[in-house]
Amino acid sequence: MGVLPQEVEQLLDVALVAELTVLDEHDRPVTHPLIPLYDGRRILMTSSVLFSKKLEHIKRNRSVAVSISDPIAVDVERFRRATIQGDATVVDDDLHSGWERTVLPLWRKKEPAIDFFLGKRVALPLFFERAVIEIAPRRVFLWEDGRTDAPPQVVELETVR
Amino acid sequence: MTAARSGVDRAMLERLDERFSHAVVVTVGDDGYPMSVATSFRVAGDSIELEPFIPAPPAESDVSVVFSHIRPQPGSGYDERRYVQFWGPLRPGEGGARHVFVPARAQAWDEQDMPFFEFSERGVPQARRYMDDLSERTGRRVRPRLPAGWLFLRATRLPFLTATVIPVGLGIAIAGHDGAFSWWLAVLTLIGAMCVHLGLNVANDVFDTASGADAANLTPTQFSGGSRVVHYGLMRLSTLALLSAAFYAVAIGIGLFLAVDRGFWPLFWLGVAGVAISVFYTAPPLRLVHRGLGEICVALGFGPIMVLGAYYVQAQRFTWEALYASLPVAILIALILYVNEVPDRAGDAAAGKRTLPVRLSKDAVIAVYEWSSGIAFGLILVGGLSGLMVRPTLIAVATIPLAVQVVRGLRANYDNPYALMADMAVNIKLHLYTGLLLIAGYVVAIVAAHLIDRPPVFLR
Repeated sequence: MGVLPQEVEQLLDVALVAELTVLDEHDRPVTHPLIPLYDGRRILMTSSVLFSKKLEHIKRNRSVAVSISDPIAVDVERFRRATIQGDATVVDDDLHSGWERTVLPLWRKKEPAIDFFLGKRVALPLFFERAVIEIAPRRVFLWEDGRTDAPPQVVELETVR
Repeated sequence: MTAARSGVDRAMLERLDERFSHAVVVTVGDDGYPMSVATSFRVAGDSIELEPFIPAPPAESDVSVVFSHIRPQPGSGYDERRYVQFWGPLRPGEGGARHVFVPARAQAWDEQDMPFFEFSERGVPQARRYMDDLSERTGRRVRPRLPAGWLFLRATRLPFLTATVIPVGLGIAIAGHDGAFSWWLAVLTLIGAMCVHLGLNVANDVFDTASGADAANLTPTQFSGGSRVVHYGLMRLSTLALLSAAFYAVAIGIGLFLAVDRGFWPLFWLGVAGVAISVFYTAPPLRLVHRGLGEICVALGFGPIMVLGAYYVQAQRFTWEALYASLPVAILIALILYVNEVPDRAGDAAAGKRTLPVRLSKDAVIAVYEWSSGIAFGLILVGGLSGLMVRPTLIAVATIPLAVQVVRGLRANYDNPYALMADMAVNIKLHLYTGLLLIAGYVVAIVAAHLIDRPPVFLR
């Protein structure tokens, strides 16, 4: 059992894509579709240095939101929608292989083809230089049945360290 | 659509309904956190109508609206990735039931419009910036890495050595048919020729990096666009230059030894021509490839020079047969470069490389390919039928269907670098298999001559 409501954990465990929103240098939202991973405490995402603008934004402002909104990308019996607000940390002390230790096992479960691409690392060297984004959830919004015209359940969480 | 931020055009809006199932409205709350809420949408002219959603932002807010799509592929992951993000004001609709969003700016990517590899390539400057900043902050040099073996393979473009193996092997086979063959000389010749080739590959990257051709090329493939090891930050330019010099030094050493041992001046001048062509292929002041002479240089270097050189090392003389047999191989190797330049043409043009695909229209490029490959096979037919080459070499025309396949691929995929990759691979096979069959033809003739007193005409 993790720190998030069970329904949200179920979504995170199967969602193939989520929208990560960060704030740019003018505090405007910039959203990136990314594969969401979850270790029971934190939402984990990974970004190649090729697309590292979001990492710079997070380093400047840790406040982020992760939304799971696409029923096509979430294969669950009962679809719900959720948005998780939290504080993100960029872990980039070992771009080459740090992410392999922390997020690859979780990534592999959702996208088995990643091992094939990792085998072609010589062809995509920069794609596999990656930082990990660790998101400590603070607040969860959950829309039952995915209907957002009704008020969401709001769950305040203690900050995860 | 492109990955760049831009204004919003009508076509982008018109396609939203059919390409996305829902919208996600993003705002920034008073607490400073972003907030995302999904909702249904409908495009109405220049605006997007959004169904009511809770929590809704205050009226007349600036918001962002995101559309994202993937197609799950159970057991592997997903494909058909695309997204659009708009920024603009959100207003109450008539009667207050719906929200009306007026997009003012957009950022988008659709992998059907821009393949993932090109999307990634456009991110290289950002990647370099990020690693530079990280280096500065941490006080240690942060660079991408590859295992040494893979880095060597990538930097030297080792798999392209088939371009050297074929002409050297052909020269040796013709000499063997003429009764001259030494294993150790054959091995030494091959190593020397490979070193010239690797020196050329690496030097090419040094000068393409320095001229900006690599950075300007946003659609490299596994066959074109160079090794990019400096552009990606995998190696320093000085290391690459040293590597190239080392290959040339070994090649020159072997070349001088063979010249002294087998006949100085003929091999000396062949060696000088080979090294000069390979160095000045991209090096200033001549920069032959920039002047549209790349194909001729490659044809000369990987055709007559290598075939005649390998032949002379064995037989200590030149023959018209060796020269003639080198011509189809020369044409087919030039056609490898020629087709590989097709996807590079935008980057080459930006860097001032006036290659033939830069200068010629699509139709002209394909016509030149058809005529050149036709001449190569014509030479094989005439050579084999007339006895200028041994008759078993006629088997090499069996690869004509590969040339036809390349022509079809050029017609269909001329403007799609990644789809053209398969055709570039076939074109490389065309040179390799044709060359191997020519060599096999000579080997058959050699074996027949050893086994049969008077071999029938089709075996000699």
